Amino acid sequence: MSLPFAIIALLTVASAVAAMSLRNLVHCALSLVVTFAGLAALFLQLNAQFVGFAQILVYVGAVAILIVFAILLTRGAEPGPPAPVANSPWWGVLIAGAAFATMAGAVISTALTARPDSAPPAATVQQIGEKLLHEYVLPLEVIGLLLTAAMIGAVIIAMQEKSKP
Amino acid sequence: MTPLHHYLILSALLFSIGLAGALTRRNAILVLIGIELMLNAANLNFIAFWRYGAHPEALTGVMFVIFSIGLAAAEAAVGLALIIAIYRHRKTTNVDEVNSMKG
Repeated sequence: MSLPFAIIALLTVASAVAAMSLRNLVHCALSLVVTFAGLAALFLQLNAQFVGFAQILVYVGAVAILIVFAILLTRGAEPGPPAPVANSPWWGVLIAGAAFATMAGAVISTALTARPDSAPPAATVQQIGEKLLHEYVLPLEVIGLLLTAAMIGAVIIAMQEKSKP
Repeated sequence: MTPLHHYLILSALLFSIGLAGALTRRNAILVLIGIELMLNAANLNFIAFWRYGAHPEALTGVMFVIFSIGLAAAEAAVGLALIIAIYRHRKTTNVDEVNSMKG
């Protein structure tokens, strides 16, 4: 294990735990930003530059801002003294722990044959663009349509309902 | 060089944290944050397998993650719009109190 990986992994996991366990919603959102940035750093470490910067642009830029705005718009709902955690949160934690144990056991017991990493693969923006516009042009169109539909749908759902006369 | 196992374990850990949050927190926004964490953990797996797997020149993992990020953005936008609509209707974002089909 290399030292940069250990530092980034520790930061990512710690901020993810903070994002899921803090009481204040704004603190949760800010911890989530750190988690997303840590994941972007991991992507960069894995030589996927384009995905790393897309992660920063989309998650740290857009999704985090969206979540902060949603928290601000639903501000009055935040309960004061009563805990936002469920009455018995241990069942959920137990289920998540069992899921982690299952996945970690499967990963450890599998003999993964890693390619000898003499030359790390390169994914230049040029290669990605050529792939997107040749091999993956249909999924690209579909995702564009989906984003348009999601944008229109989000505006319509969140729009103020007009009271009918 | 960091072996593939470490990335997979880290990804499983992030997934479990997101799952625990989505199951235990009662605020709808935090449930959505947990789901985003799980999606990101899956993305990390895709990139790790692309980096260490066979045929990295096909760029399959990278392509999958790019489309997955686009999907997650759409999901977050629609999900947060739904939460705002529910809040306007019921004045709460607690998922335990939103338990009837007819407001």
